Amino acid sequence: MPTFTVDGKQIEFKQGQTIIEASRFAGIEIPHFCWHPSLSISGNCRICLVEIEKMPKLAISCSTYAAEGMVVHTQSQKTVEARNAVMEFILINHPLDCPICDEAGECKLQDYAYQHSRGESRFEEIKVRKEKRVQLGPHIKFDGDRCIMCSRCIRFSDEIAKKNQLTFVQRGDKVTITTFPGESFDNPYTLNTTDICPVGALTNQDFRFKSRVWEMSKTDSVCIGCSRGCNTEVWVRNNEILRLTPRHNEDVNSYWMCDKGRLETFKNVNAGNRIDGTYIRSEGQLQKVSWNEALHVAAKSLKDYKSGEIAFIGSAYSTCEDNYAFVKFAKSLGVANIDYADHIISGDQDDILIREDKTPNSLGAELVGVQPGSSGMNILAILKAIKERKIKALYVMEEDVISFDGEWESTIGNLDLLIVHASNENRTTALADIVFPASTFAEKNGTFVNFQGRVQRIYPAVATEEMDRALDGMEMSRWDKFGTEFDRWMQGHKYDSKPSWKIFVALSQLLGLKMKYNLSEEVFADIANTISAFKGLDYDEVGKHGTQLKIKQTANA
Amino acid sequence: MAGQKREKDLNIFEKLYIPEIAKGMALTLKNMFRPNVTLQYPEVKFEPPASYRGRPVLVQENNGVERCVACGLCSRVCPALAIEVQASETDLEKERYPVKFEINMLRCIFCGFCEEVCPEEAIVMSKDYELVFKNRNDAIFGKEKLLVPVENLKDRLEFLRKFK
Repeated sequence: MPTFTVDGKQIEFKQGQTIIEASRFAGIEIPHFCWHPSLSISGNCRICLVEIEKMPKLAISCSTYAAEGMVVHTQSQKTVEARNAVMEFILINHPLDCPICDEAGECKLQDYAYQHSRGESRFEEIKVRKEKRVQLGPHIKFDGDRCIMCSRCIRFSDEIAKKNQLTFVQRGDKVTITTFPGESFDNPYTLNTTDICPVGALTNQDFRFKSRVWEMSKTDSVCIGCSRGCNTEVWVRNNEILRLTPRHNEDVNSYWMCDKGRLETFKNVNAGNRIDGTYIRSEGQLQKVSWNEALHVAAKSLKDYKSGEIAFIGSAYSTCEDNYAFVKFAKSLGVANIDYADHIISGDQDDILIREDKTPNSLGAELVGVQPGSSGMNILAILKAIKERKIKALYVMEEDVISFDGEWESTIGNLDLLIVHASNENRTTALADIVFPASTFAEKNGTFVNFQGRVQRIYPAVATEEMDRALDGMEMSRWDKFGTEFDRWMQGHKYDSKPSWKIFVALSQLLGLKMKYNLSEEVFADIANTISAFKGLDYDEVGKHGTQLKIKQTANA
Repeated sequence: MAGQKREKDLNIFEKLYIPEIAKGMALTLKNMFRPNVTLQYPEVKFEPPASYRGRPVLVQENNGVERCVACGLCSRVCPALAIEVQASETDLEKERYPVKFEINMLRCIFCGFCEEVCPEEAIVMSKDYELVFKNRNDAIFGKEKLLVPVENLKDRLEFLRKFK
């Protein structure tokens, strides 16, 4: 491999790599605003200027290709002076109101102003004012004053979202960003521009002014919006999710995620209709009872039915662990009528990220065995059998079966027993005989398998009643670390819910079945032992970015 | 003790004691006619100087709007985690304002870091030192207790301009 020198360090590079790319790979970060690893090179911010020996002038490292024997200085006096000058130049018209700006704390300009500038302004003239609080699209507010014209957002919508919607208008210090006439910035990926915006010019309407970034904890997770399984970070303050942001994973979602996944998938976690505790139906009404009582009633009533009279419906929204425990529980009762429902919106798909399959784990559910046994019925046959009153008891995990279609709605009354695990109230829980509160994706450990057959890990970001942030090794903000029960900023509600697999373990014990797990790791270890696709895997192996399972690609999903 | 030498041998006047007693009496007599420093608190209140760090308060401008823009720096710098700020958006020129600003006076240690870090001179230490609570909830001061008109804080603001 050819090499060149950066700050006295020999660096290997691939032919066609720019200086900034090769240096970054080797761990030398050159300041940059307009350059982004996934976007084309624009070269307009000039902050990445470096000194290259035998070159007459400084060159921008983002568009200068590395060459054999090249000697680059990123910390020489000439470079530092140029960088400070560029910083000063960019700050000429940039408002100095970081206290008001929502980007403060994760702002590239703010960080670089501390690292690379004179530290005080020499500019005495009046700054150019531009339009503020422009509604650029349904989810984005634009602040013209703060924009430093790096063009990242323009290039993003052209190159990644493939929609030419944004452009520069005017010239010189009047230049600003707007949508094309008659256009709204409304493609499905707009909010990624708020992540890549190096300043606070583009802000997420949903998150704007809600919290400072340093007040939140962030936990690695996976988006549950579709079978892409974009890697995400869940930002939590006071046990409440405030936003999701994409996490870099070149094999799945690169740096991006869609607006729908970002805005809609976490809202149910702290919604008012969360199921908080266990419920059983008595005198026609759902009554809150203790876990112990609900488990005993469930175990007792399941015993009343022959295995042929019971059906189990799993969920592609649940983790592999939940589904595996679900299948194991059903099979140990001798039930073969096991299936799950798919949630495919045909046509709602693109070549970027969005997939037709709107569940995060349909492949995982299938792999761990959520499918009819040899003599079992599939979901359509189950519906038919309920209609004919052959199936009398239905066990539903994290799925709203009544909302599938009118047929389910009219048929469900035929059942003698309906047990449901659900995180939020829905039409199925309203008719259930026993309701167990299920933890959401943000409250449990587990794995999802995306459409590529890639198994990815989720971590708990929000604590439920049975969890403790410190003892369970969850991510903690400064507030979480030092808060007490008397602090108002620590009184976020903890829901009384459990991951579905734990509920199956508890039920198994009451029914005298052999299933005993204490941790989701143990469930996963069991999956790895029994299911060939997961062979040899454990949570460490799955890691931060997931691993590809050894299976043939399926065409659906 | 015999044979051990004293550190200082007393001279004749000291051995007599009487002049020393007279000196002590003179000092007492002198102090009897000096002005009193003891205050009959709580009938008489102590008026602290401008440098005094009493309870932190928020400056309210003459138009009734708080100076605070809810940047959250006071909350971040507070070593005792006494301050909680919840920002929100307004239509005013400064688009950010605190919809909730709470100081837990049981946590506050009167260090004045919040005042020092504030970029808007919006939170200052007042001269208020009478802080008594009957329960934990009363000790959490919201905006209604924290906002103080700017005229009442002139002393402190002037002091800050001079010495900060």
